[in-house]
Amino acid sequence: MARIIVVTSGKGGVGKTTTSAAMSMGLAQRGHRTAVIDFDIGLRNLDLIMGCERRVVYDFVNVINQEATLNQALIKDKRCEHLFILPASQTRDKDALTLEGVERVLNELSETFDYIVCDSPAGIERGAHLAMYFADDAIVVTNPEVSSVRDSDRMLGILASKSRRAELSQEPIREYLLLTRYCPDRVRLGEMLSVDDVQEILSLHLLGVIPESKAVLTASNAGTPVVIDEKSDAGQAYQDVVSRYLGEDVPHRFIDKEKKGLFDRLFRSKS
Amino acid sequence: MSLMDYFRSSRPKSASIAKERLQILVAHERSERHQPEYLADLQKDLLAVIRKYVNIDPSAISVNLEQDESREVLELNIVLPEEVQPRRRSAR
Repeated sequence: MARIIVVTSGKGGVGKTTTSAAMSMGLAQRGHRTAVIDFDIGLRNLDLIMGCERRVVYDFVNVINQEATLNQALIKDKRCEHLFILPASQTRDKDALTLEGVERVLNELSETFDYIVCDSPAGIERGAHLAMYFADDAIVVTNPEVSSVRDSDRMLGILASKSRRAELSQEPIREYLLLTRYCPDRVRLGEMLSVDDVQEILSLHLLGVIPESKAVLTASNAGTPVVIDEKSDAGQAYQDVVSRYLGEDVPHRFIDKEKKGLFDRLFRSKS
Repeated sequence: MSLMDYFRSSRPKSASIAKERLQILVAHERSERHQPEYLADLQKDLLAVIRKYVNIDPSAISVNLEQDESREVLELNIVLPEEVQPRRRSAR
């Protein structure tokens, strides 16, 4: 049985696809068989971030409509043998995804994979609903900014009431907060909501903080998930996120700006 | 006046304004979310019944369910128009 993870947010442009790419690559790098699915029908982009856009032959909707088998549609990652990508369709038909179809694909993937990462589209419409409906875990990607925090809270309400787990009165979806595009120096100046502020408002378990980083654009330019760039701050932060998700106790980094020298850093308490 | 005084000025920082606005908004939206779905229908039906007797505006009625640990309070608030029509009817 695979564990199904939805990467969601409500608001667009906060880093869902970047996070889906990083999470799936990170899990696969650690030896877990992982599939990542793009639920953004009509606006497929995960393939670009993963760098496999030229290898797309069949897509998620083809599999649902039984025009292709799952094995035909899954793209095996060239960097990591445990990672497979199921691209979204470019169809403009909004009803291309069906609940039954999505369930069938997830069940089939569950037989051979350890983790299934569902990259949700923005908004709260069909694609977003289906991406989260079957989830066991939800990573709520949030920027330290008012509209993103509000939309995340809205999404939490939907996860708690409209998911399969909610409808069957099962144990609720495990929800995690991932704060992205964080600028510690702006937080210090009082110009940006802090991690504590956002956590206080959303009261969610903090999975990690990804600093605003040039490495994210550089990685997407090249089609390599930023998590692979282990020299970058964002890459390291995502590696920590994957470790924490897998239950390791990793201290949070990149929350405070390292403004002092090595001496200070060595003797600073791990707060 | 030193540079530090400028940063310590009593002007509230924009992040704390953001936090305060969000706290109020999120609390409000959560309380609405936790209301049972039948409340909207109940409000519509109550409005129809009341309108048989008094011509009130749809916005003049509000239905609220408040919950605490031991009890639930269904609060119904109707604002009647100043000129109450039933009185005229009974005077006839």
